[in-house]
Amino acid sequence: MKPARFAYLRAATTEHALEALHRGGGEARVIAGGQSLVPMLTMRLARPALLVDIMHVTALNRVDDDGARITVGAGVRQRALETRNGLAKRQPLLAMALPWVGHMQTRSRGTVCGSVAHADPSAELPLVLVALGGQVHLRSGHRARRVTAQEFFTGMMVTARAEDELIEAVSVPAIRPGTGYAFREISRRHGDFAIAAFAAVADERGLRLAVGGVAAIPISRVLPTDQAFGDALDAFAWDLDARDDLHASARYRRELVRRIGRDVAQEALRDQKARAVQEGG
Amino acid sequence: MSRHGPVVLDAGQRHPVRLALNGRTVSGEAEPRMLLHDFLRHVLGATGTHVGCEHGICGACTVQIDGVPARACLTFAVQADGAEIRTVEGLAPAADRLSVLQEAFRTHHGLQCGFCTPGILMTLDALLRERPNCDEAEVRDALSGHLCRCTGYAPIVKAALAAAEALRETDHA
Repeated sequence: MKPARFAYLRAATTEHALEALHRGGGEARVIAGGQSLVPMLTMRLARPALLVDIMHVTALNRVDDDGARITVGAGVRQRALETRNGLAKRQPLLAMALPWVGHMQTRSRGTVCGSVAHADPSAELPLVLVALGGQVHLRSGHRARRVTAQEFFTGMMVTARAEDELIEAVSVPAIRPGTGYAFREISRRHGDFAIAAFAAVADERGLRLAVGGVAAIPISRVLPTDQAFGDALDAFAWDLDARDDLHASARYRRELVRRIGRDVAQEALRDQKARAVQEGG
Repeated sequence: MSRHGPVVLDAGQRHPVRLALNGRTVSGEAEPRMLLHDFLRHVLGATGTHVGCEHGICGACTVQIDGVPARACLTFAVQADGAEIRTVEGLAPAADRLSVLQEAFRTHHGLQCGFCTPGILMTLDALLRERPNCDEAEVRDALSGHLCRCTGYAPIVKAALAAAEALRETDHA
């Protein structure tokens, strides 16, 4: 298997990349780590005329933590974020989910923003972005805009990004006092695509459960924490419109949402209590 | 690389690619669409790296790019321009001597047909360097990125743990 022919542009600045995307129209694609895009090219599911390599743009290879938000640039590899000092203290959910992204042999090259751009329904990073209420920072030659994760993922591998836009960064809120987090993934082997993946955030505004791998996009919902929880989770499981595939039936996926979803939600609530004790002490 | 404009490599043309392969600077020509494994095997003649599924699943083509294990089938040669690549040919300390890890694979029957072995060795070599005290769970986690259809993995895990122990002993000696 060999990809169809394409030209290759190695951008040294963000402007180079944006100009190439503008000129290329729909024929230009950004390549960062390439861990999702290269298989698409090899199988000729994508046949761009031009690949724009952004990994030599130093301005994009940075993580910023301003206390309230953590912003991850387009050039940041998954491994770099995973091994960043203190990540678990600054945003526990990201730290919990990263080891589940692909294999360590793909996290070494794959980028955080690249996984978001690819928007696979079972991918962990889009799920975490939705669970945390993260944002996608888009830039084209003539404008910059931010869209929420909920608005960004519009369908299976389809996003709100326009053809001339680059995902410059993604950002998530940093840990906040009184917040609990939990993550869990069900797959045949560690590193396989998730049959279902769960991320839960419990804070003073309520309990939010996000589910990936079940619907075409990761979906989150605020659930009650009283006796209404079970019925609300049941309704959520049905509303996800689970799909059948080679790995699992829709019915099995719904059952996972009911059972594992409950566990993960409870774990986030326990984590919230444990952190409250730590913060209080 | 130009400091002023982007580098543009035309489709269908061959372009020079220079990289460090197992510590030696080497160069060759590649079309933009040439994958790193084909560049290693067909242009540089380094056929130790094997090619399996060609879409990032099987792990046979795993090499080390700038010190970390990565799939050669998920990187284009032009992306690796200027990188340090380490392949299975770089493991043995001399032509007639195996590395500790390779020796452990022989002792513990960590391979049968050997197709997946070069990739597995490159993953484990990095793991043992980064995590000298790694346990079985870590070895298995690292191996989850590799498919082996002969061994059932148990002898590979055994070989990896034996090599880790041997390397710790040499370090303390």
